[in-house]
Amino acid sequence: MAFEVSSELEKKIDEVITHYPVSKRSAVLPLLHLIQHEFRYIQDEAVNWVAAKLGLEPIQVLEVVTFYPGFRQNAPGKYHIRVCRTLSCAMAGSYELMDALCAATKIDRSHADHHHPISVSADGKYSIEFAECLASCGFGPVCMVEDDFHEKVDVSKVGELLAKYPV
Amino acid sequence: MMASAITYLPGKEPHVREHRLIFKNIDRVGYDPSIECYEQNGGYVQLKKAFTMARADITNEVKKSGLRGRGGAGFPTGVKWGFIPPTNTKPVYIICNADESEPGTFKDRYILHQDPHQLLEGMIIACFAVGAKLGYIYIREEFPMAAIIVEKAIAEAHAKGYLGKNIQGSGFDCELYVHRGAGAYICGEETGLIESLEGKRPYPRIKPPYFPAALGLYMCPTIVNNVESLCHVKHILEMGGETYAKLGTPNNTGTRILCVSGDVVNPGYFEVEVGKVTMGEVIDVLCGGLKPGRKLKAIIPGGSSAKVLRADEVFKLKDGRELTIMDIPMDFDTMAACGSMAGSGGVIIMDDSRSMSWVINNLNNFYAHESCGQCTPCREGSLWMKKISDRIVAGTASPDDVDTLESVANQIEGKTICAFGEACSWPTQSFIKKFGDELKGDCKPELAGKVVAEEGAIAAAGLVAV
Ligand SMILES: Cc1cc2nc3c(=O)[nH]c(=O)nc-3n(C[C@H](O)[C@H](O)[C@H](O)COP(=O)(O)O)c2cc1C
Ligand code: SF4
Ligand code: FES
Repeated sequence: MAFEVSSELEKKIDEVITHYPVSKRSAVLPLLHLIQHEFRYIQDEAVNWVAAKLGLEPIQVLEVVTFYPGFRQNAPGKYHIRVCRTLSCAMAGSYELMDALCAATKIDRSHADHHHPISVSADGKYSIEFAECLASCGFGPVCMVEDDFHEKVDVSKVGELLAKYPV
Repeated sequence: MMASAITYLPGKEPHVREHRLIFKNIDRVGYDPSIECYEQNGGYVQLKKAFTMARADITNEVKKSGLRGRGGAGFPTGVKWGFIPPTNTKPVYIICNADESEPGTFKDRYILHQDPHQLLEGMIIACFAVGAKLGYIYIREEFPMAAIIVEKAIAEAHAKGYLGKNIQGSGFDCELYVHRGAGAYICGEETGLIESLEGKRPYPRIKPPYFPAALGLYMCPTIVNNVESLCHVKHILEMGGETYAKLGTPNNTGTRILCVSGDVVNPGYFEVEVGKVTMGEVIDVLCGGLKPGRKLKAIIPGGSSAKVLRADEVFKLKDGRELTIMDIPMDFDTMAACGSMAGSGGVIIMDDSRSMSWVINNLNNFYAHESCGQCTPCREGSLWMKKISDRIVAGTASPDDVDTLESVANQIEGKTICAFGEACSWPTQSFIKKFGDELKGDCKPELAGKVVAEEGAIAAAGLVAV
């Protein structure tokens, strides 16, 4: 995807920068969020653009992108799924949920690792990763599809869950 | 004021043992996050009252209330506010910690989503008390809806003159903004959070000298408080500090929200007076007991970083009390005297169907993933704890591995920049102390004394590296 910041997006960006009257650098995370929301992931051009916008060196932006699990450097699927991996959800069946979702979306997770936590289906419709505790531990297993939160997911009914997301 | 009695959504009614202050409006029929709804229910009255008080008197009420921080450390909130140096001439900032990322904890999310103005009112009162004209609400990235709801609430509060310039004619100016995290647990640690808010990697700062109340955001005095803690401030002003302090038990005052997950019939959230219910009551009364036919095995009482308690332990306290696990009152001091902590209020219950090797391995995977990597003992140690417990679970470990695991944990605690070092070593230390035999039982005895490779194969003689 070509990286071109629309005037509408730049307006939002300029507004957000005003939230940080003491230091523009504080706006790195919010700018990256706005850009990732629009472009689905953070490309190298975006890193340079944010750095120029905030008067920083590109490395000061890149080190943020690479640290935080919430920022992606590769395109996810049309619907990105995050399954909570941590204890309470694991006790409630989150590993089984991960397997069921991978089977239903035909995602091969065997190559997932620290550097490539996200696995994408061959058709690009879905991507998936494990997330750590999503703060709904009493109602596991829990997953997020894009910004939607799903609790007490029935592992035998992941088809119904995915049906809410037309591809 | 609404004339009708308060009713709750079916199946979400508070338990009779609860005392709902902060969660009064959670799951309430007809309650919405709008400012109109909040005002109809007595909202922003305490803020107006605060403006009629001397600033020091507000902090004094909070001190008198005995409120202890609900984010994990249980530090007295009023005392923290008092740490801003009296000679300070720099700007003061307030940050609300809405990172809610300690495994087992799920309470702040409901306030953010369903009752955001309660948080704003408490936070604006706090801003006025400490003289902060700028504040940020640091919301974890995985709460995208909460960020939208709180931003809308801020705009509403602005429009009604509860934020902005000359609030309610008081002459006090204040702006609050939402700042979203990006999926890293260490952003919950207050100095990591501050670095993150400065647009950097969230590498925690060393204390001393970087106590936020002295050298916080932009090297200025900064008060960091948890969402729940700030909400309590409003109720403290409403009740008066002394009356508030009558809730709960001495030195463990007020109410707090317990988040119960794991092997109980009805997990969930329960706001109770601190210390007025026991662990046994949490399990049997609030949560409907263990699952049929199951026996209690272990409890992590205050978020995943709290040391595990074993079901058959008897705790002999210095004050003469002798408690079983079920007798422990849910307060800060007794939980500490029993060798663990009340922490963030996240109670994880495990029954006899659970393998303790599997449980500690799950947590070790969490900590290995979340170490920020600044300190060698934490970065390397958390990874080795994960690798070793990975192979215990895989059945390819040597019994010596359990001792190695313990020694790795012991080499982290107390040797790091931030309390993540303790947070990641306490689970391993306590699981080995209390379930060491079970962990060793999951290892292969024939590998004892041998150098074992990661996959469990016996490494070539003479090679040290594994
Ligand atoms: C590793 C680590 C993670 C933490 N995570 C959180 C968190 O998610 N939310 C929170 O409120 N406090 C968290 N804390 C505690 C904060 O550092 C800080 O003590 C707290 O926000 C202060 O607020 P309080 O005094 O109102 O409790 C964490 C601490 C550590 C060491
Ligand atoms: S203890 Fe761990 S998380 Fe804390 S600063 Fe050191 S490396 Fe980072
Ligand atoms: S463990 Fe899954 S939400 Fe907390």
